[in-house]
Amino acid sequence: MEALAISLVNAVPLLAGVPLWTVTLLLMVAVAAVILVFALTFEGVGSLVLRKVAGDIQARIGPNRVGPNGMLQFLADGVKLVLKEDIIPANADRLLFKLAPYFVFVGSFAAFVVVPFGVGLIAADLNIGIYYVMAVTSLVVIGVLLAGWASNNKWALLGGMRAAAQIVSYEIPVGMALIPAVLIAGSLSLQDIVRSQGGLLGIFGWNLFHNPFTFFSFFLYFTAAQAETNQTPFDLPEAESELVSGYNVEYSGIRFGLFFLAEFGDMFIVAALATACFLGGWNVPFFHVGTLPWIWGNLLSLGVFLTKAFAMVLIMMWVRWTLPRLRVDQLMRMSWKYLVPLTFVNLLGVSLWLLVFRGKGIPGMIASLFG
Amino acid sequence: MTIRTDALPTQEMTINMGPQHPSTHGVLRVILTTDGEVVTRAVPDMGYLHRGLEKIGERVTYAQYMPFTDRLDYLAAMNCNCAWAWTVEKLAKIEVPARAEYLRVIVCELNRISSHLIAFGSYTADMGAFTPFLYAIRERERVNDLFEMLCGNRLTYNYARVGGVSGDAPPGFLEKTKEFLDYFEPKLDEYNNLISYNKIFVHRLANVAVIPAEEAVAYGLTGPNLRGSGVPFDLRKDEPYSVYPKFDFKVCVGTGERGTLGDCFDRYMVRINEMRESVKIVRQAVAQIPDGPVRAKVPRLFKPPVGEAYFRSECPRGETGIYLISDGTVNPLRLKIRTGSFVTMNIFEKVTRGLMIADVVAVIGSFDIILPEIDR
Amino acid sequence: MEAQVLFDTLKGKFGDAVVELQGEGCSPAFVVVAPASVQEIARFLRDDPALSFDSLMCLSGVDYKEKFAVAYHLHSMKHRHAIGMKAFLPRETPSLPTVDDVWPAANFHEREAFDLFGIVFEGSKDLRRILLPEDWEGHPLRKDYKYPDFYHGIKV
Repeated sequence: MEALAISLVNAVPLLAGVPLWTVTLLLMVAVAAVILVFALTFEGVGSLVLRKVAGDIQARIGPNRVGPNGMLQFLADGVKLVLKEDIIPANADRLLFKLAPYFVFVGSFAAFVVVPFGVGLIAADLNIGIYYVMAVTSLVVIGVLLAGWASNNKWALLGGMRAAAQIVSYEIPVGMALIPAVLIAGSLSLQDIVRSQGGLLGIFGWNLFHNPFTFFSFFLYFTAAQAETNQTPFDLPEAESELVSGYNVEYSGIRFGLFFLAEFGDMFIVAALATACFLGGWNVPFFHVGTLPWIWGNLLSLGVFLTKAFAMVLIMMWVRWTLPRLRVDQLMRMSWKYLVPLTFVNLLGVSLWLLVFRGKGIPGMIASLFG
Repeated sequence: MTIRTDALPTQEMTINMGPQHPSTHGVLRVILTTDGEVVTRAVPDMGYLHRGLEKIGERVTYAQYMPFTDRLDYLAAMNCNCAWAWTVEKLAKIEVPARAEYLRVIVCELNRISSHLIAFGSYTADMGAFTPFLYAIRERERVNDLFEMLCGNRLTYNYARVGGVSGDAPPGFLEKTKEFLDYFEPKLDEYNNLISYNKIFVHRLANVAVIPAEEAVAYGLTGPNLRGSGVPFDLRKDEPYSVYPKFDFKVCVGTGERGTLGDCFDRYMVRINEMRESVKIVRQAVAQIPDGPVRAKVPRLFKPPVGEAYFRSECPRGETGIYLISDGTVNPLRLKIRTGSFVTMNIFEKVTRGLMIADVVAVIGSFDIILPEIDR
Repeated sequence: MEAQVLFDTLKGKFGDAVVELQGEGCSPAFVVVAPASVQEIARFLRDDPALSFDSLMCLSGVDYKEKFAVAYHLHSMKHRHAIGMKAFLPRETPSLPTVDDVWPAANFHEREAFDLFGIVFEGSKDLRRILLPEDWEGHPLRKDYKYPDFYHGIKV
């Protein structure tokens, strides 16, 4: 960020007199605002798309009243959520009750900071990118647990407990399934991981096709991440038909809205990580975006990245409206008995592969055969 | 599942499931005592919808009681209508024209289809898959359209009469029914492909709340819940009434195909298969229906002879038995309605012991209870 | 099995505890029994291999104005035959032994008869009101039931 600030000061003579830290701070605020706007827009439009997709899958129309073809439904929903009365149950722990949605929202939103949207479009290219995402999304579990506890409602408490158990269990397979990408790139930074999948191999440069273990790893990650973010069929913490609505049952108005937005935010983060770590991120096949002018390169790579990420989000929606829900013991069994051992075996496999073949993937080897 | 008591001392939690809960299928309240997620005791508490239908029956005439039977089981009002008509006819020994009996069988079986559709749909919704529910509703709408054509109503039909039915089928009704059957039959395979054999769905249902056959009989389970335990007992076959003996259909029983015989999956599957049998019956009835009057001459204020009759008929939720006592006046002396759901709830506490909370939902759904029938 | 044959069997076994056969106008016919011996007769009906009435279809309380009755409708899955059994009770102290350990299905029906008629089933596992609230006064299906004006201050 500071480097960007220096270049900005150099480029705009008017800023010469302003202290560097002010410029940096302002830049940070501006970038945060841009990301927040993106996140909120995505979450709004995402909710509309979700409902439209649901309508399509369920042989009905979906929202079609607000605006042309129901396009403004998400605005109406947003306005409704903001204007609705914010009810705090009489026996709730008021402080924790108010605090919980922020934990959840911040945990989900903070992960956007390291998402590599384009060749130069990343809010902060942290050298611990993946590690950072895993860390901040863990904040969600605290928020959910707090919400369940503070509501003073037994259904909410059960939901909160389920969420805690579930998120903690599934963090392990999620982390382990992402490590192959880290091993290949040799870096935790998401930008480095994306760059490692570039080159002239096209889509065969993707980590997905690097070797059989990474191919498998992608599906393990996608499954475990769905569970970690409480998406159907793993939406046990908010199981409508069992726990009424789970941890957020007592929430209304904008506080409920924050949970709701965080859910969509999580959805995007899962899709974005899958894209960045396995599906080549913003890399344009057979083409080096770095060679284009800055603006065009970034726009093109942004488009590529978002296309892939949204496709993943659509797959998640599709799964969501198709599958029934697991039971809590089956969910735990799936994590500890299947996903955790599999991801570890997979990790071992990838490590051995990299050791034996000196870091080369199958497509790379085939390409080198033909010179 | 065993609960360890030697480790950390844990406290049991009492949770109210209902009367407002999305999966109790109405205003059922279940008082759950749980140890974490494991239910140690689930006591059903009924009566939130008690309207005193039996008391009302003692104050109205036999014909006037017909609309109240609609409210007995609003998802299968035709079956309840006909059950009442058959009971009164049995008591008063009234001969019903053949065409009326055929029409009754047609509407009863159509209503069984629509009721099982709701059972199927809401069950999948309980299991977390909302999509099949809307598919089921889509098909049910067509049944409702047929009924609207027949009697003008879509939910509470008030179609049967003592001595027949309220009116003959309008022109085109039988053709429309045939059209519906052709449309509907392939849909059953679609449901099976969509959800019935889904791995998660099967895992949620198989081996959950197993009811062995002897227990099912001892607890008086009837209908699909009894047949789910592998007992081939269907009143339409075993104690035939109306014109059912003329039709060829088979009694669907649970087979334990995915787990133990008598588990939730078997009860679910019996309903799916029964819809196919109902389609068969309606097809035959539509083909065989004779011409003629649809209503016998029964005086408006008719007084059946002194006597008692117990008539049972196969409703979608099990046997609906009506015990009717006449003292020779225009009002019944006593009428008791024994409904499938009410009797089924008796075994609820027994089968839910030691299950998880999510399984309690699965059990309620697999019993396909409906609250107005329990509370009356 | 013919109702008359069954009646004779029961009469031979239980003597005076079996009062009469109520066949006229009743379908199925009722064997009227003395209330005190309901349980043993029920057990015999269930366990005798020739009868094996293994399922209790219905159990109803009845108010015949001058007396109460409990009517049992029995069915045999094995032999596919049905019979009614009835016990008349005095209005003042309507009570008789429970049959819920013979047929577990009886429990809910007995609770209902207790709730709506005030018939006490002695030895029942769990005899509570089932449809009405615990603190409801009176038994609504009795013919002399007076409707209350208020319930907890709510106009009925």
